[in-house]
Amino acid sequence: MDAISMIFEASLWAAAVRIASPLIFATLGELICERAGVLNLGIEGIMTVGAFAGWVTVYSGADLWTGVMVAALAGAAFGLLHGFLTVPLGLSQHVTGIGITLLATSLTYYAYRVAFPEVTSPPKIETFVPLEIPLLSQIPILGEALFRQTPLTYLAFIAVILVAYVLYRTPIGLAVRTVGENPAAVEAQGIDVTWLRLGAVAVGSAFMALGGAFLTMSAFNSFYFDMVNGRGWICIALVVFGSWRPGKALLGAILFAAFDAYQLRLQQLAGAYLPYQVFLMLPYILSILALIAMSRRAGYPRALMIPYRKGER
Amino acid sequence: MVSPGKPMRLEPRTESGRSIWIVAPLAAIGASFLVAAILALIGGASPFSVFAAVINGAAGTQFAFLETLTRATPLIFTGLAAAVAFRAKLWNIGAEAQLYAGAIMTVVLGTGALPLPGPVVIPMIMAAGVMAGALLLLGPTWLKTRFGVDEVVTTLLLNFVMVLFVSMLLDGVLKDPMGLGWPQSKRVVADATLPKLVQGKRLHLGFVIAIGAALVVWFINARTTFGYEMRAVGFNPRAARFAGIPVNRVMAKTALLSGGLAALAGVSEVAGLKGNLTLDLSPGFGYTGIVVAMLAVLHPIGVIAAAIFVAAMFVGADAMSRTVGVPTYIANVMVATALLTMVTAMLFTRFRLRLS
Repeated sequence: MDAISMIFEASLWAAAVRIASPLIFATLGELICERAGVLNLGIEGIMTVGAFAGWVTVYSGADLWTGVMVAALAGAAFGLLHGFLTVPLGLSQHVTGIGITLLATSLTYYAYRVAFPEVTSPPKIETFVPLEIPLLSQIPILGEALFRQTPLTYLAFIAVILVAYVLYRTPIGLAVRTVGENPAAVEAQGIDVTWLRLGAVAVGSAFMALGGAFLTMSAFNSFYFDMVNGRGWICIALVVFGSWRPGKALLGAILFAAFDAYQLRLQQLAGAYLPYQVFLMLPYILSILALIAMSRRAGYPRALMIPYRKGER
Repeated sequence: MVSPGKPMRLEPRTESGRSIWIVAPLAAIGASFLVAAILALIGGASPFSVFAAVINGAAGTQFAFLETLTRATPLIFTGLAAAVAFRAKLWNIGAEAQLYAGAIMTVVLGTGALPLPGPVVIPMIMAAGVMAGALLLLGPTWLKTRFGVDEVVTTLLLNFVMVLFVSMLLDGVLKDPMGLGWPQSKRVVADATLPKLVQGKRLHLGFVIAIGAALVVWFINARTTFGYEMRAVGFNPRAARFAGIPVNRVMAKTALLSGGLAALAGVSEVAGLKGNLTLDLSPGFGYTGIVVAMLAVLHPIGVIAAAIFVAAMFVGADAMSRTVGVPTYIANVMVATALLTMVTAMLFTRFRLRLS
């Protein structure tokens, strides 16, 4: 098989959708936070928390959907901490976010080691299994790529539609979008800026945690150290690439994942000529290039990273 | 719990109290110990036995204390790197990659390529390392000033690229042919090795160089125009530009300084401690440097103290986990807690809390 015909393989696109799923959740989460004016660099740590919380809940006997709920709540809890420090206290969103990532990651690793002091091979759970959608899954290429995935992947796609709907078609979405552009205007409408931003950061962080939970409950079946492996940072790049719009972010995540799936296959084809590390570097380099390409057109929410204090200009 | 928004108000302080500069670090240390006590109980151990073991493991014996200083050495460099950059609001989260850039230059030049005596070859290696690290940060900084690309994300992503690049080198051109197939470089020759400070112990000249670097940074900050410009740019770039400060050039110079300092961590770890380059050279020294810088309120002399404190937590927790059996990650939690408490406490140097 050559490098070109691989692009038209259904299995490539199925893999792309699978790889994209955690990125879709986490990118949506970051997008919600940033739309409300709060940069959330806690994303990497919150994904780690979500991965562990969901997995350990299922491991201790609960069903998968309970695990998903617990992961989301754990993510929201860290989101509230980030929100409390950056919104009412107005601390540096950069420093706080890095702090949240360090705290969330190290707490997770501590909890893992306390719960499983001496395990040689990581304990496993029964994960979500692919759910074929009747009829739709029979469509060539598209069917295999989109309609033979696990329920969490379907949830990721539903989440995109839901978030887009809420952001653009509901009063609360309008308030969230406005608070990221002009918080004083929101205040003038009688809406509390602090609570609105806190809520957005908590909800966004819950989505990030779902991205982490996908890794342990759908992509793999156990928890590993460093398993998030920079996905959170890539999602921050994807938000910029998607110009802070859910639909474009989804497209970006799938393109990115398709590229990732493609490089994995290319590695087998060209592995003899190039070291495998070159292929592994490509996704990160691609993210940087995407950031550069989009930077000129980047329409940052105007109040992003600017704390709001009532009565202050 | 104070409900945000309504009954709580932050009012700007007109005068800044001196005592807060002592209270803030103490609050940070206190909070980290409080969190650690809770975690110790969850881990099934008495907090006091955990603290005793941590303190004993970090400073209980001469060996332990020298080990703490050895661990503090790279953290002083990465802490300075973060402190210098953050002061100018250049968010360099890429110290990890710059550290590896310095380490690569050390093995490229230090494993026999330059048959020169130590006093000549060591400064050359340091200069090469500094240059590599400096250039590595110059890229993202240029992208920031030229195209407005957020340097947080680019420097973070470059960390992952760099580790893969090192892995590639250790599988290829830098691989030690005598390394039994392990991904490791050849060992640094004796002339290029930083001498030990205490006979038979691991503490090396890198520690002294780190202290020297902190003094140099302090001098730059306090006594030079460049130091003033960096602070002005960090405080308000628009006002700085209006005042005739070449903001982009100051940013670039800051990047060179910050990247170079981070690279010295890699030079000192390879030439002073490890002797060769491996993929586990840095257990996150670059990221921990950010915590060190924040604990030090970005002050270069404070960085020394903060680095020793953070190193003590890690060295102490390693020893503690061997004797008491509580996972060593407790140190990471303590350090992260100290960071968040510190930035919160520092808020009150600028604001006071009014409960209305």
